[in-house]
Order: sequence, then structure tokens, then C-alpha cells
Amino acid sequence: MNRRLLHIILPLATAVLFLVGWHTAVKMSGSDIFPTPYEVLRGLGELARQGLLLKYIVASLFRVSWGFGLAVIVGVPLGLVLGWFRPAYAALNPFIQILRPISPIAWIPVAILWFGVKDTAPVFLIFLASVFPITVSAMAAVQNMQQVYLRAAQNFGLSGFPLFRRVIFPAALPQVITGIRIALGVAWLVVVAAEMIAVNSGLGYLIIDARNAGKRYDLVVAGMVMIGLIGLVLDLLVRRLEKFDEVRWGYGQR
Amino acid sequence: MDNADMEKTITVRDCWMSFPGKQSGSEIHVLERVSLDVAKGEFVCIVGPSGCGKSTLLNIVGGFLKETRGEVLVEGAPVDGPDPGRIFVFQENGVFPWLTVEQNIGFGLLSRPVAEREERVKHYIAMVGLAGFEKSYPRELSGGMRQRVEIARALAADARVLYMDEPFGALDFLTRLKMRADLIRIWQAEKKTILFVTHDIEEAVQLADRVLVMTKRPATIAEEVRITVPRPRDLDSPDYLAARDRIFAIMGMDAHGGGAV
Ligand SMILES: Nc1ncnc2c1ncn2[C@@H]1O[C@H](COP(=O)(O)OP(=O)(O)O)[C@@H](O)[C@H]1O
Ligand SMILES: [Mg+2]
Repeated sequence: MNRRLLHIILPLATAVLFLVGWHTAVKMSGSDIFPTPYEVLRGLGELARQGLLLKYIVASLFRVSWGFGLAVIVGVPLGLVLGWFRPAYAALNPFIQILRPISPIAWIPVAILWFGVKDTAPVFLIFLASVFPITVSAMAAVQNMQQVYLRAAQNFGLSGFPLFRRVIFPAALPQVITGIRIALGVAWLVVVAAEMIAVNSGLGYLIIDARNAGKRYDLVVAGMVMIGLIGLVLDLLVRRLEKFDEVRWGYGQR
Repeated sequence: MDNADMEKTITVRDCWMSFPGKQSGSEIHVLERVSLDVAKGEFVCIVGPSGCGKSTLLNIVGGFLKETRGEVLVEGAPVDGPDPGRIFVFQENGVFPWLTVEQNIGFGLLSRPVAEREERVKHYIAMVGLAGFEKSYPRELSGGMRQRVEIARALAADARVLYMDEPFGALDFLTRLKMRADLIRIWQAEKKTILFVTHDIEEAVQLADRVLVMTKRPATIAEEVRITVPRPRDLDSPDYLAARDRIFAIMGMDAHGGGAV
């Protein structure tokens, strides 16, 4: 009870302090370009009334859903297979390790060349950004699986797909979910970056557009605030996956 | 079965085992010249100092490790991997943490009809004293309770042969005594063949028809001691104490603690 309260009161206090500090700093500097918190709130209200806020949020989430969803569909099975079959690992891992450190931002010109200035380009970038953390964590999950689970399963006569479904997959799942969580964070980072270049809707576009069309820094910051809030909500949603009984054992004592 | 060889469930002939050492090219010799037999329906315990290679030997017999040299026959055929008819109870707990207690215990029974499966699961949950914990997950149980889940899972699978690697190590004293009695009861009722590893000499003498005493590494079987004390065993009987002291002596200790190791 007390701890609960603490976890509500302390962050709230931090937020209030931050907002007050922000407000005072803007006032003291006399800036008429950088907005106060209140102006940002007004900007959000304006966007909402114009129907742009919802439209841009939906546009960004739509791209993330596609890119990230494809990354899960490709990355989880790929990672599990790479973790299980040594030849597949030997053949593909060096390749993955070379592609992985290339920032998705570096792919933007290539994405535009291949897909043009359409939704496909940011979806491709999000896919690229999130598929590697998912693949690598699923791969590591299988490789680091406790040998005793495998031995017990083999002892009960499991092999092939049943072994995979009943033991390897559940044993790997906690770490797979952690990879998915990291990847969703990356995906959200990348959609915003991609929208600054390749498209004309979404929260990333809002930021660039607000700056270019009349230095509306209240809208720029409003876009930033929305990105942060939605990122938080996405992370909270994925964290709920970690609460299921089937995977909770994998996260130590919390 | 009139042919003496037919009765042998487990035969290990001149088994050697070494692992690759830390430096490349070096080897750790763990087992040397190990030979043993276990007859069908027999309860055999292997005792030895910790680190001597008991788990290694049992894992070879169980089909999880391949001996470097030698011959291992189980139920008339060379061992080639594990077998659902011979269930292993692992020293490091092998209960699946993503399944509940009852799902774990029923793990080896999925090919059985639902009613029979439920029946068996219930029976063995009660036997190991976990009634009320059917829907619990392993992380919610103590180490000793998890060990009992694994034992119940092995028993429920209705194997002909059980390999048990220090299965009662994590249990408290009273539970350990009860589990030993239960195991003997099941063994007598279901005529299983049991190869049981322990570092606890008393445990070996309480359980086994025969105790095989291993030496320090590189280990071989120093001697075998047949335990003729009738069951249920009187732990104060002269025969029991004599067998126990004999094994202590083989392992280079006296029964009252101390002595050269
Ligand atoms: N996979 C392995 N690689 C290298 N050394 C091992 C391996 N498994 C066991 N050993 C070594 O073999 C010896 C016997 O181990 P083990 O069979 O677990 O002993 P026990 O069960 O009698 O305590 C130990 O010294 C251990 O370090
Ligand atoms: Mg051991």
C-alpha cells in the first residue's frame, strides 16, 4: 500500500518539478520560439481539434504494426531455428552480425530507392530495425536453454516438432519476449525517424512539418510528448506479457 | 528365464570416460575400467565421494553421454540415447518451470487416455505429498517440493527402469525418510529395476539390494556390498550396521566420523 503510493507520488512529484523548471526556464530566457508546457498543451488541443493528432498517431502506429509484426513473424522462427540447428547458425550468423550494427537510418536512402516515398519504405525500415533484436534473442534463448530440460524431454521420447513445441519453445519464450520488448522500443524510435523523410503523415512528419511550416515549436514539442507517451504505453503493454505464469519463471525474482 | 544373461537389465563392461580438459589436448579421466551388472528387478545403489564420476556413469547408462571406451547394454541392446521406458531423475532439477505441478507429472503420459492420466497424476501427487499444489508452478515451490515433483513425474511415467541421481538430496530429513520408504514400496509393488546414485552411505544401505562403492577420480568400482537385511529394514540391526561400517571402511573412513579420507 505504502509502496504503491510511493510509486505514484514520486513520479508525479518529479513531473511537476520538471514542468515548473521548464516553464521558469522559458520565461527567464525570454524566448518566444521555444514553448512553455502550457503552450504545448494548447498545441496538442489544436491538433486534436483539427483531427490531425489522432490521424498522425494512427498513421505511425499503423506503420509500426506492419513492420514490427513482420519482424516478429520472421524473427522468432528464424532465431529459434538458428539457435537449434548448428549448420544454420554457422551459415547465417556472421551475415546477421554484419547487418545488425547498420543503423536503420543508414538504410533510408536505400529504402526510398526501393520503395519510393510510400508507406512501404518506413515499414521496411521498422522491419529491419526490429527483426535483428528479435532474431538474436530467440537464437540466444535456445542456445542458453538449460540442458536438463532437453534431456528430460528426450527421456520422455520427444523429438522433432513435439520436442520443439512442448519444450524448446516454452523454454525459450521468456527471453524471446524480452527481445520482442526491446525490438518494439527500437521500432518506435525508427518510425519517427523514417517519417521525417519518407512520408507525409505520422508523428515524425508532424515534427518536421511544424518546424518547416512556420517554426511552430509548440507543435514540435507536442509531437515529441506524444511519441514519448505512446512509447511508454507500448512498453507497458509488452511488459504485461512477462506477467504470464508460463514465462514468469524466466525473469528472476521481482 | 534360465539363461543368467537374460536377466541382466544393465550391463557395463570395461567402461572408460574422459572429458576434454581446459588446455587443448589435455583430458580429464573420470571413469576407468568400470564394470557392473544390474539384474532385472534389482535395486542397486552407487556410492562414492562427490566429484568421482557417479553422475557421469549414470548419464552414460541413461544414454545422455557416450562412453569413451567400453560397452553399455541395457535391456539387451547397446545404449543409443535415452528411452521412455527408462526414466532419469536428474540431480539438477529437471522439472519444467512453464508447466504446473500436475502438467509436469502428467508429462510422460500424454499418449494415455485422459481418465487414466488424471488418475495416475492424482495418485502420484498424493504419494509425494503435494496434494493442494496441483495448479502451482515450480517457482512457487521449495527446492524439496520441486524434487518431489520430478520424482512423481518419473514414477507416473511407469518406466521399467529408473535412474536416480541423488534424488533426495534437496529434501529435509523426514521427507527423505518417507520418500525412501515410498520408493521401496513402489519398487516392490511394480518390480522396477532401479539404479540409484547417492553420496549418502546410510541411504544406500537403507535402499539397496547391492551397493557399489566407487573410488576417487579416476573412478572405478572398488567393491560391491550385498545388503541382506530383510525389509522393512531395522536400522539398528547388527547386519545393517555391519554393512554400513563396511562401506565406510572401503571409503577410508570409520563410521563415527573422521578418519583418513
Ligand atoms: N561435461 C564435462 N566436461 C568436463 N568435465 C566434466 C564434465 N562432466 C563432469 N566432469 C567432471 O567429471 C568429474 C565427475 O563429475 P560427476 O560425474 O558429476 O561427479 P559426481 O556425480 O560423482 O559428483 C568431475 O570432476 C567433473 O568436473
Ligand atoms: Mg553427481
